[in-house]
Order: sequence, then C-alpha cells, then structure tokens
Amino acid sequence: MQSRSNDLILKTTTNIIVFVILAFSVNMLFSGHNAPGGGFIGGLMGAGAFLLLYVSYGLKPVHRILPINFNYMIAAGLLTAVITGAGSFVLGVPFLSHTFGYFYLPLLGKTELATAMLFDLGVYLTVIGVTMTIILSIAEDKIEKVEEEGN
Amino acid sequence: MLHFYILLPFLAALLIGMFAKKVNRIHTGWLVLPIPVVLFIIFCLKLPVLAEGKIVQSTADWIPSLDIQLSFYLDGLSMLFSLLITGIGSLVVLYSIFYLSRKEQLTHFYVYLLLFMGSMLGVVLSDNVFVLYTFWEFTSISSFLLIGFWFYRDRSTYGAQKSMLVTVFGGLSMLGALILLSITAETNSIRMMIANRSDILESDLFIPILILLLLGAFTKSAQFPFHSWLPDAMEAPTPVSAYLHSATMVKAGLYLVARFSLIFSGTDTFFIIVSGIGLITLCLGSFLASRQTDLKGILAYSTISQLGMIMAMLGFGTGTAILAAIFHIFNHATFKGSLFMIAGIVDHETGTRDIRRLGGLYTFMPISATLAFIGAFSMAGVPLPIFNGFLSKEMFFDSSLKLEQTAGLAGTFAEWIPILAVVGSIFTFVYSMYLVFGTFLGKQNTDQLEKKPHEAPIGMLLSPIVLIVFVVVVGLLPNLINEPLLAPATAAVTGDLPHIHLAFWHSLNTPFYMSLTVVGIGTLLAFTLKKWQPLYNRIPGKFSSDHWYQTIVNGLLRSSKSITEFYMTGSLRLYFSIILVFLVVSTSIFMYFTEGFTISVDDLAPITWPEVLVGFVMAVAAIATIWMNQRIAAIIVIGVVGYGLSLLFVFFRAPDLALTQLIVETITVALFLLCFAHLPKLKTSDKAISEKLIDFIIAVSTGALLTIVAIASHSSKSFESIAKYFVDNSYKLGGGDNIVNVILVDFRGLDTLFEIAVLGLAALGIFAMIKYRDKGDMNQ
Repeated sequence: MQSRSNDLILKTTTNIIVFVILAFSVNMLFSGHNAPGGGFIGGLMGAGAFLLLYVSYGLKPVHRILPINFNYMIAAGLLTAVITGAGSFVLGVPFLSHTFGYFYLPLLGKTELATAMLFDLGVYLTVIGVTMTIILSIAEDKIEKVEEEGN
Repeated sequence: MLHFYILLPFLAALLIGMFAKKVNRIHTGWLVLPIPVVLFIIFCLKLPVLAEGKIVQSTADWIPSLDIQLSFYLDGLSMLFSLLITGIGSLVVLYSIFYLSRKEQLTHFYVYLLLFMGSMLGVVLSDNVFVLYTFWEFTSISSFLLIGFWFYRDRSTYGAQKSMLVTVFGGLSMLGALILLSITAETNSIRMMIANRSDILESDLFIPILILLLLGAFTKSAQFPFHSWLPDAMEAPTPVSAYLHSATMVKAGLYLVARFSLIFSGTDTFFIIVSGIGLITLCLGSFLASRQTDLKGILAYSTISQLGMIMAMLGFGTGTAILAAIFHIFNHATFKGSLFMIAGIVDHETGTRDIRRLGGLYTFMPISATLAFIGAFSMAGVPLPIFNGFLSKEMFFDSSLKLEQTAGLAGTFAEWIPILAVVGSIFTFVYSMYLVFGTFLGKQNTDQLEKKPHEAPIGMLLSPIVLIVFVVVVGLLPNLINEPLLAPATAAVTGDLPHIHLAFWHSLNTPFYMSLTVVGIGTLLAFTLKKWQPLYNRIPGKFSSDHWYQTIVNGLLRSSKSITEFYMTGSLRLYFSIILVFLVVSTSIFMYFTEGFTISVDDLAPITWPEVLVGFVMAVAAIATIWMNQRIAAIIVIGVVGYGLSLLFVFFRAPDLALTQLIVETITVALFLLCFAHLPKLKTSDKAISEKLIDFIIAVSTGALLTIVAIASHSSKSFESIAKYFVDNSYKLGGGDNIVNVILVDFRGLDTLFEIAVLGLAALGIFAMIKYRDKGDMNQ
C-alpha cells in the first residue's frame, strides 16, 4: 500500500462519483415501493460507493474518516427489520403487518409514508453491512499477509 | 404388594450405591443380605395361598394409552422361580461375603447383583409382555455388568461382550415375537393371550411368532447353537456364576417356554423345535463337558446340558414331563449352585481351577469334598434315594418313554428319544465323576499349587451346605415340596393340577433299567476316560459354536468395513456422482410410473430474436467454461452467463431482478477473483477417458432430466396462479406500485427478514473464518 502512486484523477473523480452513487442508492431505497429498486439493490449500490472509496484511498485513510464497524451495521439492520415487524404487536395485529398513509410534511408536501419503508431500511443496512464485511475481511487479510511476508 | 417386592431390590441398589462407602466397618454384603432373605420369607408365606389354587396379582398404570400396565401376578410357576431367585440369592450373597475380599469394588458388585435380582423377579412376575421384555433386557444388562466385573481382564470383557451380543440378539427377536403376539391376540397380557389361544394358533403369524420367541428363550438359556456364551461367562466371580449362570438367569428361557407353553404346547412345530434343540443341547453339552479342564468350564457345559434336558421335557408337553421339568429346575438349582460354590472354594483355597493340577484334595478339605460328592452324584443321577437329581432324571426317562402314546410327530419320533436321553445321561455321569474324582481323589500334587490347601471357613461352606441339605431332603422326601410348590407350578404350565405322587421306588420298571445302563456304561467310560479323551482333539474346531460365533462377528466387522470403505472413499467427486445418479434414477422412475411427462404448447409466449441470441451466447459460454485451462478465464466466462441472465431478466420485464442480478454477479465475480488468486493453477485433467465419459453421462442425464421436469411441470399446471391477487391488491393494501417490492417487504416480509438474516450469518461466518482461524496452520 505504501508503494501506491498518487492516483490524483481517480481520487478526484471518486470524490464526486461517490456522492452520485450514494444519492442513487438512497433514491433506490426510497423509490422502491413504486418503481424498480428497494432495499436490496439500494444496499448493494451503497456498498459500491463505499468500495469505491476504499479502492481509491486505501483501507487505513477511509477507516480514519469513516469509523464504521460494518459488523454492527448488520446487527442494526436486522434489528430495524425485526422491530418494524414487532411494532405491529403494539396495535394488536400479526407480526410484520404493514400499513401506510398520506401526510402533509413541511418541505415535501403530500407524502406517502409506509411502515414497509422502515423494513426496507433494515434490509438496506443489512445488505451494506454484509457486503462490506465480506469484502473488507478478505481484503484486510490479504494486506496482513503481504505485511507479514514483507517483515 | 407385588410391585413393592420387585421394587425393593432396585431401591436397595440405589441406597447401597449411595451409602455403602459410608459404612466401611462391615462388609457391604451384610447390608445386602436382609433383602433377599426378607423377600424369600414373604414369598414363602404366600405358599398356602397358592396351594389352594388361587393367584396373587396387582396392577398399576404405566402407559395406559398403549395398554402397557405394570401388572404382575404370582402363580405356581412364578412362585417357584421367585423362591429360587430370592432363596439362592440369599445364599449367594452370604457366600460372596466370604468369597470377595473387601479390596474388591464391592459396591459395584452388590448394586449389579441387586439390579439383577430385581429384574429377574420382574421377568417371572410380569403379566404384561412388554413389561416382561423390559425386565428381560435388564437381566441381560446386569448380567453383562457382572460378567465384566473384573473389567481389567481381557477374558472378562470378551465374555461379557459375547453374552451381551448373544442374549440381546435373542431379546430383540423375542420383542418381535411379543409384538406379533400382542397384535394377533389383541392384548398385552399373557393370561389374556392364553385365553385367546386359538386366535394365535390359527393366525398366519404363528410360525414367525414361535420361532422368534424361541430364539429369545434359546439364547438366554444357552441352547444349541447359542450355548457358546455360557462357558465364556465363567470369567465372572464365582458367586455370579452360581447365581446367574446356573440357578436363575439361564432359566429365564425355560421360564419363557413354560409360560407360553399353554399357548403353543401340543403343536408339532413347538414339539420338534423345543424337544429337538433340547435333546441336541443335552447330548452336546454333556459330551463336551468331559473335555474341559477348568472346573467352572465343566460346570458351564454341564449347565448347558441340563438346561437342554429341561427344555426337551418342556417340549414333550405331557403332564409327567412338565412335572419332571419343574422338578428338575428346582433340583438343578440346588446341586449346580452348590457345585459352583465348591468350585469357587477350591479356587479360593488352592489358587487354581485347573483340574489337571488338582487332585487328592479330600484329605485337606473333607467337608467341601463330601458336599461335592453329593452334588455331583445328584447331577449324575446315581440311583440312591438321597439324591434329588436321580428322581427327576428317572421322571425324564419315564416321560421320554411315554411319548409313544401321544399323537402327531411326537409319536413318530418316540423310539429315538429315550436313546438320546440315555446317551446324554451317560456323558452326564462321566463328567460328574470326572469332576469330583479328578478334584478330590487321586494323586496329591500340592507342590504344584500356589497355596497350601486347607478347608474353607465355615461362612463360605454354609451356603453349599444349605443347598446340599435341600438335595438330600428332597431326595429322601420329594413330596415335601411336591404339594406346595411343584404341583401349582405344573398346574400353571399345563393348565390342570397333576396328581402324581413322587416316590423313589416305583418298581423294577424300564426307567430304572435305563438308569442302571447309564451307571454301568458311565462307570466304564469314566474309568477309561484317559484312554479316549484324546478323541476330543480329533474333532475339528470348525464344528464348535465358538468358531461360528467368531466367524460371524469377524465377518460382520470385515464386511461392514469393506462396504463402508467401498463408498466412503473421501472423494467428493464420488459422493457428488452418487447424489446425482440417485436423483436421476429415482426421479425418472417416479416420472415413468406416474406418467408425469406431458408436453403442452398452449401456453407459450412468442420467442424473439434478442432472447434467442442471448440464450445462445449463454449456452456457448457455459459449455466453454469446461474447456478453460485457467481459473480466472473460467470465472470470467461464467460471468458471461450471469450477465446474460440479467439481460434475459430485462427481456422478461423483471427490472428489479435484472438490477439485482447485475450487481450480485459483479460482486460474485470479484469475490471469485479475490479467493481464487490464492489457489494453485488448474491442473490439466489427467483423468482416464472412461472416467470422463462417466462424468459426461451423469452430467448430460442430469441436465436432460431437469429439462424434462421443467417442461413437464410447466405443461401440467393444476391450479390458477395466485399472481392476480398481488396485482390487484398491491396498491390497495400495500400502498406501492412496485409489486415485486411490495411482495418482498409486505406480503411476504417474513421471507425477506430471514433472507437478510442468512446474509448476516454468511458475512459473520466469513469474518470469523478469516479473522479467527489458526494463524499457525496458515503458515504451514
């Protein structure tokens, strides 16, 4: 990693593109209910954005600016999904019953809000966590190996 | 109250097991002794009740829904056995107190012995066949534990294992018979079965029931050809041999035959099997006994032979024969128990049981010698009125002669049976003489013995003395036990009360001449034993039951090993081939017989050129993968298939699937590339052409089968699709236009929940595998 050349073009384009991808991923998540997309694809896209960061800046710098433990993100995602499902118990309906309604929100106007969205958010977080955990585990292992061999 | 009698030894075993270590001032045996004594007295007090022809019974629920009740009853037959179990049990416990030193693991010994005693009582008192079976297996297990009591000796563990295998084999056959019986007779109670006798006799299952039941009885009672476990069980401590392997457990098989004899007796099959095997066992056992050099070995073969004699009489089924059998069960328990105890004393006081090293012990141990002479003469059936063995042997001859009058097969073979009986008895006489004269008379070779022989302590002699007193008293006054004990027992087996007066001296009848013949020829053979004993060495080992047992056990071990090694090669390729071949064969047979293959073209969508093109490219890429020589090339070519699939999804109007497939395929390929970089280069296949051909055939047939299944299942839709419901209600109920997503998160959200859980698990698995694997292994 130390011998990496200064990929200025890559880093600069990454700075811009990451936000585009992230925005697209969030869009996928939110629009999933009415258009192609949803938590799964959105999550994969989000993971793609993070991956691009890791590819252009290397593991350690990204860890420093984004101190996210993706293992926890899996847990957070699963928890969100389960709690969303369990929330239906409060109203005395079976597990994972969803509902939706239209509300007037400031800035957004008439908006549809669905509890299914929260469930999808759980999927979204889990998928990001899973993808990143898998890839980072393998990548970090390879780097450790290279360092061990170097020493 | 019967429940309590059976429970008592088990409770005592529990208490002894827990507290015996605490009482270390006295020998554990003293704590155990009261239990069989008390039970013996209780059973004795019931004798008058039975003499009136009544029975004692008690019932408790165990598994009422399966009609399995803890129902026990005490009739004459059970009474005889209960008295033997508790009476000889008391004597054996008394004997063991002096026989086993306090250095032994006494707690183990007495716990096993009490377990055995309780389960044996359970066997003889049970009315429910499944309860009977439960206790039956308990006796096998406790006997196994007792035989292997000195578990650090190889011979002990071998003997224990052998007896376990043989008796459990028989026990399981018996379970089969009992299940069939309870189905045929529609009851689980033995007495109800006897009442439904005709149902069983007329059923098609009669022969299987009989054979399976007799397998159980024969293995337990060491009948030919299952007798070989008994001599090996002689590795047990002598009190155990005296108790289990002469007086009680080996008679459980006789009990079983006697108990069910009201159902089967009188049929030709029952007669031919039971009497035939019994007579063979009688002759073979007595013939082989004179060959042994170990005192307990002689006694073991003698037990086999005597059990064969009783079995033969049970098979005869006439009133005289049953009475003789019952009488001999009693007599054999008394004299064989005492002989075992004396063999134990000889072993204890001289340090060896090898008859070749013993001799002339009469001067050192006169009491033991006298007891042994009485016991052995009784066993041989020497015609003197003080030996009970003579009386029952006489009755045996008598009953074998009277078979001519009976109809059926028994009449046909009637001429041969007395001859066999005499032959068996001659050898019985020979080994009995060989046993006592070889041990107690003849040349003294005390210098060869480890210890200087001397008379045993009185405590040790007490039990054999009591038994010999029974031998003599019953020999002199047989009617003392006839009325209260033997008659009810015979009544329980034959169904009606016998009116036979036992007497030593009938007249100069044929049985008496037969006895004289036995004594005459027997004396001759016994005196010339040294001359003809080498003949035994001429018998090839192939014919021995031991040899067959070893061949079967070794053969089973070898063949199961070779079968396992044949298909459990460790080669994943082979396992995968087996799985696929099984899939293809079973599915195609199923489809062939259910005529499941149909083609219908009604419902097909039009095919467009882009679809054909993508499909073609995918097919080419898939086939090309096989020929790739490098992993990376193979991975990329597989990627073509994946991206082609996402294109197909686009054509089939599945945008969500297309998007997901696209990204997942990308990530998969990336992961493949990451992992496979570690692996060595693909080897160019060095498999033989025939192996390749087999692989090819399996692959093609699997593919063809799956295609056929897909076509057939598409062509034979039985129900309307439920998709219409989702299309109609996606917006109304789920609030979304994207039907796929609404199904995923709303209609079928539970599936999604667990799928993300699966993903999470997979990620954590990979994380753990990489982070926490053994670093040491990696460096190697």
